[in-house]
Amino acid sequence: MWRDAMLVAGKDLRIEARSKIALNQIAPFALVVLLLFAFALDPDRGFLQEATPGLFWIAVLLSTLLVVQRSYAVESADGGRDALRMTGLDPAGVFLGKSAAVFVVLAMLEVGLGVGVRLMYDTSLRGWPVLVVATVAATTGLVAAGTVYGALAAGLRVRETLLPLLFLPVVAPVMIGGTRAFAAALDGSSGEAWRWCGLLITFAVAYVALGMLLFEPLLEDS
Amino acid sequence: MTTNAQVESPGRPRPTEDRLATTGSRCTRVLGVVVLLMLAMHLALALVISPPEVIQGEAVRLFYLHVPLAVAGGYLGVGLLAVGSIGYLWKRTIFWDLLAASAGELALVFTALTLLTGSLWGRPVWGTYWEWDPRLTLTALLFVLLIGYRAMRTASTDPHLRARRSAVIGLLAAADVPLIRMSVDWWRGLHQTATLNPLNPSLDGMMLFTFFFSMVTFAVLFVWLLVHRFRVAWLEEQVADRALDEAIAQRRAEGQETQ
Amino acid sequence: MEPVIHLRDAVTVLGRFPALAGVDLDVTRGEIVLVAGPNGAGKSTLLRLCAGLAPLAKGSGQVLGFDLERRRREIRRRVGYLGHTNGLYLDLTAEENVRFWARSVGAPVGDAVATLDRLEVAQRWRSLAVAHLSAGQRRRTALACLVVRRPEIWFLDEPHTGLDATSRDLLDSLVREAVTGGATALVASHELDRSAALASREIRIVGGVVAGAGDESERPTGDS
Repeated sequence: MWRDAMLVAGKDLRIEARSKIALNQIAPFALVVLLLFAFALDPDRGFLQEATPGLFWIAVLLSTLLVVQRSYAVESADGGRDALRMTGLDPAGVFLGKSAAVFVVLAMLEVGLGVGVRLMYDTSLRGWPVLVVATVAATTGLVAAGTVYGALAAGLRVRETLLPLLFLPVVAPVMIGGTRAFAAALDGSSGEAWRWCGLLITFAVAYVALGMLLFEPLLEDS
Repeated sequence: MTTNAQVESPGRPRPTEDRLATTGSRCTRVLGVVVLLMLAMHLALALVISPPEVIQGEAVRLFYLHVPLAVAGGYLGVGLLAVGSIGYLWKRTIFWDLLAASAGELALVFTALTLLTGSLWGRPVWGTYWEWDPRLTLTALLFVLLIGYRAMRTASTDPHLRARRSAVIGLLAAADVPLIRMSVDWWRGLHQTATLNPLNPSLDGMMLFTFFFSMVTFAVLFVWLLVHRFRVAWLEEQVADRALDEAIAQRRAEGQETQ
Repeated sequence: MEPVIHLRDAVTVLGRFPALAGVDLDVTRGEIVLVAGPNGAGKSTLLRLCAGLAPLAKGSGQVLGFDLERRRREIRRRVGYLGHTNGLYLDLTAEENVRFWARSVGAPVGDAVATLDRLEVAQRWRSLAVAHLSAGQRRRTALACLVVRRPEIWFLDEPHTGLDATSRDLLDSLVREAVTGGATALVASHELDRSAALASREIRIVGGVVAGAGDESERPTGDS
């Protein structure tokens, strides 16, 4: 399983390294989202600083959708979705591998977004340890859920519109947890933030486990 | 034969040509009459017999509709959706798929009505149609999750692919409910708004009775609707099966001709 | 001889359409079976069913001794399938694609290079993304992906399409070589004169069933 996961993750990351879609298209998209928030909320009155946790996670959520969609688009780029199935790789391994690749890409986007809110919204980032833990836990949960739902929508004619409908409500706990954890950490009350980290970790563990269990019937599809 | 037994063995009685159009049987008709009587009784209890509440006044009567809808849709409906989904992934038989589909659809209707009655109740009591109350937020998210489930069911025409993917979605949606519950509870923990607590001992005895009676009524109503919805789906499946047999025969004949 | 494919009354439904309407088929190890038949007869679906890619709706079937309903993953990892599309990763180079497939079955990576040599995918193209290759080069790369896995059964759907004369000869010799080494092959094709020369037996699919099933052995085999 681990060997298969490494193989799939390596392949996906290599494709990303070659095509640079995340760098050239998704990262600029995330930047545009940050700009749009500034248009929507008056930058002079401190709304942006106050709303930074929520805005950051909305930008992450939207980027996750694109990264997940891309992750499944490469599988069917040359017609058919048979390749991954014909390899006979372990389904749990495929799930972990695809998740790991999406995690790496998303983590890089998050660093970019973090720098973005620091510079553009002038938000001072305090409470580093808890911010990092919350981000890693939240991202793991997002990525695991995204990989499962990406596979659920893959191959359908309506996949582009179905994925957001399925994915976004499910990750509401991550959105709430991530936002609250960030808000608490930036306020300097890290005790509160750690409590939210607990929720994020629970979500991440639940979805990684469910993904490993449920990927088999999804990969089985014809 | 009880209603339950019929659900357990949907192939019996095997629908023949003249019976194809009905989803009823003697017991479902009996059950239907029971549901109607219970609903009439429920209306009498909720609207006339039970007294107005001290704080909410007459608005409490909406509660006898709102809460049982929420319980039947949220607990019974989503519970059966989860059971059907797990059953399908385990047994891979169409029965479980159709059970999940029927439960999911009814849960969607019940949840929509929960939201509607909730905001109608909120207007006089809270002074607003919507409050970011944990329970309301949870219901709203549940509503969207169930819409997603339904969207998947209409997204594919391949029955096997649809069954497999829907089962995964149904299971994930049900598994997500406790997580959402936990997060919205913490999120709005300090903003808990006043709702009716049936275990409150100060509650009038008649109100308490009405409350529990309404719960039972709507649970029975849900089951009755579920049996019929399931039968419709089952008959549709039979029709599709028959069409498939015909298509197979046709395809074979096409082979014979060209030979 | 040891049977590697065993189908009884196999039905495959795509959407609501019975692409296969009750196929009986037995193939023994070492055969090269040509699957002929008009368009839409179900040739591709038969190959996909046996490769574990299309579902078995009714009937029964075993491939390499594994049940077609329950053990499809076991089947898929042991067989090779080349369909109408190549299913390559367009952003990766030809060599990387072949390496991925080699690794997926734990074949030595050195095989990847050797296979590309064998298939005469020119050195200067190997480091290009597949997206930049010509149709013929892509097809050869896809074939290399199949060869490198050393499948026990080769499922080739219209394999000669889009290949030039040299590549076709190369393909034929690869198939023969594999079969000599203990593999089995099913080839679906319209180009009967081309494929029949390769095949040791021919079956005809019409309307989702094997035409003249039962007396296959008496039918003329590949001497047209």
